[in-house]
Amino acid sequence: MTTQRTTRRRKQAVAAAGVVAALLATAACGGGGTDEGGEGGAAGFDAANNKVAQASEAKKGGELKFAAAQDADSWDTTRGYYGFMWNFSRYYARTLVTGKTEPGAKGAEATPDLATSTAKITNGGKTYTYTLRDGVTWEDGKPITSKDVKYGIERVWAQDVLSGGPVYLKDILDPKGEYPGPYKDTSPDKLGLKAIETPDDKTIVFNLPAPNSDFEDMLTMASAAPVRQDKDTKSKYGLKPFSSGPYKFQSYTPNKKLVLVRNENWKPASDPVRKAYPDKISMTFFTNANDMDQRLINGDYDLDANQTGLSPQGRTTALKEHKGNLDNPVSGYIRYAVFPQTVKPFDNIHCRKAVIYGADHESLQTARGGPIAGGDIGTNMLPPSVPGAEGQKYDPYEMAGADKKGNVAKAKEELKACGQPNGFKTTVAVRNNKPVEVATAESLQASLKKVGIDVEIDQFDGAQTSGIIGSPENVKKKGYGIIIMGWGPDFPTVQGFGLPLWGSKYILESGNNNFAMIKDKTIDGLFADYVTELDDAKKEQISTEINHKVMEGGYYLPFTFEKFINWRSNRLANVYTTDNYNGTYDFVNLGLKK
Amino acid sequence: MLAYLTRRLFAAAVMLVVIILVVFCIFFLVPRWAGVDPATMFVGKQADPAAIEAVRQKLGLGDPILAQVWEFFKGLFAGRTYVGGGDVTQCSAPCFGYSFRNEQAIWPVLTDRFPVTLALALGAAVLWLIFGVAAGVLSALKRGSLWDRGAMVVALAGVSLPIYFTGLLSLAIFSYGLGWLDAQYVPIEESFTGWFGGMLLPWITLAFLYAAMYARITRATMLEVMGEDYIRTARAKGLREPVVIGKHAMRSTMTPILTMLGMDLGALIGGAILTETTFSLPGLGQAVLKAISDKDLPVILGVTLITSLAVIVANLVVDILYAVIDPRVRLA
Repeated sequence: MTTQRTTRRRKQAVAAAGVVAALLATAACGGGGTDEGGEGGAAGFDAANNKVAQASEAKKGGELKFAAAQDADSWDTTRGYYGFMWNFSRYYARTLVTGKTEPGAKGAEATPDLATSTAKITNGGKTYTYTLRDGVTWEDGKPITSKDVKYGIERVWAQDVLSGGPVYLKDILDPKGEYPGPYKDTSPDKLGLKAIETPDDKTIVFNLPAPNSDFEDMLTMASAAPVRQDKDTKSKYGLKPFSSGPYKFQSYTPNKKLVLVRNENWKPASDPVRKAYPDKISMTFFTNANDMDQRLINGDYDLDANQTGLSPQGRTTALKEHKGNLDNPVSGYIRYAVFPQTVKPFDNIHCRKAVIYGADHESLQTARGGPIAGGDIGTNMLPPSVPGAEGQKYDPYEMAGADKKGNVAKAKEELKACGQPNGFKTTVAVRNNKPVEVATAESLQASLKKVGIDVEIDQFDGAQTSGIIGSPENVKKKGYGIIIMGWGPDFPTVQGFGLPLWGSKYILESGNNNFAMIKDKTIDGLFADYVTELDDAKKEQISTEINHKVMEGGYYLPFTFEKFINWRSNRLANVYTTDNYNGTYDFVNLGLKK
Repeated sequence: MLAYLTRRLFAAAVMLVVIILVVFCIFFLVPRWAGVDPATMFVGKQADPAAIEAVRQKLGLGDPILAQVWEFFKGLFAGRTYVGGGDVTQCSAPCFGYSFRNEQAIWPVLTDRFPVTLALALGAAVLWLIFGVAAGVLSALKRGSLWDRGAMVVALAGVSLPIYFTGLLSLAIFSYGLGWLDAQYVPIEESFTGWFGGMLLPWITLAFLYAAMYARITRATMLEVMGEDYIRTARAKGLREPVVIGKHAMRSTMTPILTMLGMDLGALIGGAILTETTFSLPGLGQAVLKAISDKDLPVILGVTLITSLAVIVANLVVDILYAVIDPRVRLA
């Protein structure tokens, strides 16, 4: 009896082991060998990073399939603020000028789109004149006029109805906020904004109250797209925008699916920018990022619309088995810690520097995901994609050099200089919905302990960022001496990146982004010089100088010049990353091989 | 029967009203006490003060809470018009609110997503009832056997393993690995076979969790029932064993199972959040999860109400079914 039972148990154990082995074996399936060299149609690792991959293989036709874990904030060109929305909007919305459809830094240069040329700038940089091309049409075949462009831009003023999008154009063209917006405009044609003139249907003139050398960059943004008055459904426009581009909305259910089909009234001859390869473009929304990544790897979809990089699980599989389908570009974002000067002892530059020297920069980089998934160690506060940036060449605190593991001796010297020789206590504020940021906070906490700085971590509700760390009063009340955040440029210039962070006028009661509370006349003066300077070389020089001033002030501890790992399917052709959209793929001219 | 039904329906209506009041207080009153302006939760992260004011105006957030509740109730039966910032938004009856994030009335969102969740819940319920109850009955009848032990071990695993584990594991094995099942949701109107294939893995995963509980409950109840005097009497009368089990024992066994089924179905219809998230199914659970992360209160409110309604209705149906299954229960 005993023997029988033992035998049966043995059999059961063997069977169970077999089942487990089979499960593990099947779970491990799902890919063959590595695909690094471009086998199976993949272009190769980093083949589309700042260069064009498989351009000649793009053919007309087919369905380009995007997958996304996050829907756009709005598909209304006035309201969208997500980078991928701006990128995607070029399928259905044209602007006077847009980013060049070229890889890397070239992609961030303005090129004519609806207009025949870039701006004719007169009046000391205060007047920008554009002429519209012939043959530019809406999806119903009617011509796009200068009045449509003006109306589209006027919608930015209607913040009470169309909230969410960037307001640069409003701030530049109407700094006093005199125009009430088209919905409250009493003029019969609702085109009462004085700063924009439309002498005829082909001409549009912008009269800036003061020069701003990045104005044309602002006109490349989606919020400068034309909108036809009779098709403006106000707050519901984002559900079905009226197309001026090569594709139009066929169907859209928020957080479920978006489908674009060809706009038959778009004339290729009128559009030097767009190739319009696919017949159909779809975007399917997922809630399980791992599932989405696996489907990308399986070839069910072509690319991630959000372009925020593969999840850790997908990344591991893809790097191991399909490296040839991956690109590892710099995202344009900098991840950093910032020190509000309103919280003691961070009003003292030496205390700020003590934190910078005390931090273990390599450990912070590891917490961000390492050199491939996280990025290079950040050494200053200007993203490498912004003109004037020096990358790791400018490393005033040796963060990627001799002191990359931290320098306890220097940190202690700074502590003495700030009158806190035994260190101090402070609180670091970190968003609770960003596990990587929490990991960096923990890393910082561990390294600062070695120099005597006792850091308490406060994880706040990430969805309430603007009300919690965006309120200087609250920051002071809570004693947040260190805030962990990240920032990317709205348009790749020092103004598009740094003005909200470092400009004293941008200190707000709520929704503040100048967390360090920088009120530096030199920095403000440099920004003032920058916006009036029309020479590109001089603009770069000023940008460099601003970055140096910010770093000298010790307001920030940069963690990484962020990088991510993005997937491109074997079917994709004419793929390249562009600085215009922070190192993501340029969607508008993606094609399929067949 | 009619009087009973009327009483129950009235109680259900009162319950719903209470739920609406509680939910309203949670969403609109508690934030105020905490010093947060509810209007900021209806707009984007970098909202202009004008946008916040427009939302305040549109939703009447400056009005007393009771006035806001009244407007909500009116909206359910007569529809609602939101006016603010020079924009007019119509929300037809039954107006469960309006999402200013997605610019959509909530009711169409609920009706669009409800069939997916219903299909998930019903399909899984069929599976877990068949396999769970069958496994429980067999275990009880073959108490102490290898079958009994094996079934209970599997049941224990099913109860213990969270759905995001079994879901991901089943995806890794059967979908990504072996490629037997493509767990990608396809609308039924596009392809029935595609829809069925896409739902199979979510059904099985969800059913695995619940079947385990049902098997254990069925086994325990069945063992208890089989020891009852009336079963012995039935056997003594010479009835065949299938009749004893099927006609007599099962009726009593099914009573607690039906109670559980009512509760579970009601809760699942309100949103099988984890299953829908794991398999990216566009149902109510997915919608509410997205709404929570976006702080889209009207959607959360709408799904909460639908969940409550589903639980109340399911319980009502269960109570009525008691009388059918067990003649000792009288609806008085």
